[in-house]
Amino acid sequence: MGLDITWAVDWVRQSADVIAEHRVELITLDREIGDGDHGENMDRGFQAVLPKLDDLPAGSTPGDVLKLVATTLISTVGGAAGPLYGTAYLRGAVAAGSAASLDGAAVAAVLAAARDGIVARGKAETGDKTMVDAWTPAVEAAALAASNGADAAAVLAAAADAARAGSDATVPLVARKGRASYLGERSAGHRDPGAQSSALLLRAAADTASVSAGA
Amino acid sequence: MKKIINDPKRVVDESVAGFGLAHADIVRVEMDPIHVVRADAPVAGKVGIVSGGGSGHEPLHAGYVGFGMLDAAVPGAVFTSPTPDPILAATKAVDGGAGVLHIVKNYTGDVLNFETAADLASADGITVRAIVTNDDVAVKDSLYTAGRRGVGGTVLVEKIAGAAAERGDSLDEVADLAERVNANARSMGLALTPCVVPHAGEPSFTLAEDEIEIGIGIHGEPGRERIKLEPADRLVDRLIEPVLDDLPYATGDRVLLFVNGMGGTPLIELYLAYRRAAEVLEERGIMIARSLVGNYITSLEMQGMSLTLLRLDDEMIELWDAPVQTAALRWGR
Repeated sequence: MGLDITWAVDWVRQSADVIAEHRVELITLDREIGDGDHGENMDRGFQAVLPKLDDLPAGSTPGDVLKLVATTLISTVGGAAGPLYGTAYLRGAVAAGSAASLDGAAVAAVLAAARDGIVARGKAETGDKTMVDAWTPAVEAAALAASNGADAAAVLAAAADAARAGSDATVPLVARKGRASYLGERSAGHRDPGAQSSALLLRAAADTASVSAGA
Repeated sequence: MKKIINDPKRVVDESVAGFGLAHADIVRVEMDPIHVVRADAPVAGKVGIVSGGGSGHEPLHAGYVGFGMLDAAVPGAVFTSPTPDPILAATKAVDGGAGVLHIVKNYTGDVLNFETAADLASADGITVRAIVTNDDVAVKDSLYTAGRRGVGGTVLVEKIAGAAAERGDSLDEVADLAERVNANARSMGLALTPCVVPHAGEPSFTLAEDEIEIGIGIHGEPGRERIKLEPADRLVDRLIEPVLDDLPYATGDRVLLFVNGMGGTPLIELYLAYRRAAEVLEERGIMIARSLVGNYITSLEMQGMSLTLLRLDDEMIELWDAPVQTAALRWGR
């Protein structure tokens, strides 16, 4: 069963709720190894997307929603997260194309394109203690699930689980990109806030997909 | 947390609005998207210079907008890079037909947002060059970090590049000069206390009463090392020695010595520190040709200081002395 515009809009609304709910947690994580603005900036960005969802024209596709999120985050978030997430959603929108519905393979392709966009902009590699550490395992798990014939909801569930594990795995790492890298060894022992927000957003995607699939 | 604020979300908007009212003879403030431009922008035929970054470092950057320095400043949220939209708006507002220079401090977010804005400006037919400042020796410049941070040297780059643009240099000349100033500047800072970001409401890190952080940046991020508080002369030595050894600065060099307060340090302490820094430079046979002492690139209410050395040549000295009329630096006009 494919995921359509209803799911995409639900995902964005759920994302805004989840980020608002975790705003203080993300600020706290970022204060420990960065500058303490990640939760505030992401919350500002997703709250700015919400009113725009109502203006989507009839016949809009999941790709249109992703593009709307991309341009809004680029314009409102700032910091490194704005351009990085903006690029991720934009590349995801391109991969989604004009399809009205995304199957498992299409979802896996969207996630891979998003991850590639983050890597292209931020130039971080796996193990640098950044959001890439959540995205790469998520993309790999999604690709595996899709190749085994999983439907879109199951692909997203696999991606969300892997992103969660990837976020957990950033705790012992020494940061090599972003502001946490200034701390050197002192960055070890803290979860990366970008990996955490990525895991939350992918979890929201999976949760809304399972509701769509069940409906 | 005690601060003179209203709504934490409105701190930057309300402060920039006040700045515009206070300095209406020098600047014009646009609120949507937020940017500060020279009152007479765009100046026809002159290279426009735009800088920006997170707020909380005042007077950087809006305090340096005016004759002989910046044409525009783009303030982001506190400690957060501005988005591309206001950077693009500022770039368009100061384009006098000779191109625009972006002066960007080396932080991942600032670089990404300025790059995006420069791409958009180019698409609109404006020639943009960017120079990224990275003078902080506390960060190892290697594959394993985001690279050195732009700190105190940024103020000196803005003044000298601004004077070059004012005398009519081309975009490439101004950009090359800015690169040269950055390449000859080195800085290092320390903090006695953390700072409190308004919307976070809690200190950015905690320090015991007798502890200090060596090698801090300007965003309340902790430094590389935590030590017990020591007498001022010893603290100055801890900052100036890594700075001197890095370039390195050598006997016979002429330098600008910049002792900067982080926002919460009184001038009486900064001048006390200057005294020791001057002593060290004299011992090394390095001549202080110019000086700057005060709170010029800050980290909210943080107590602490940074030391910056800039190795000067004749052209840099001439441009440093050139007239400037901004809210925070004014001489010769």
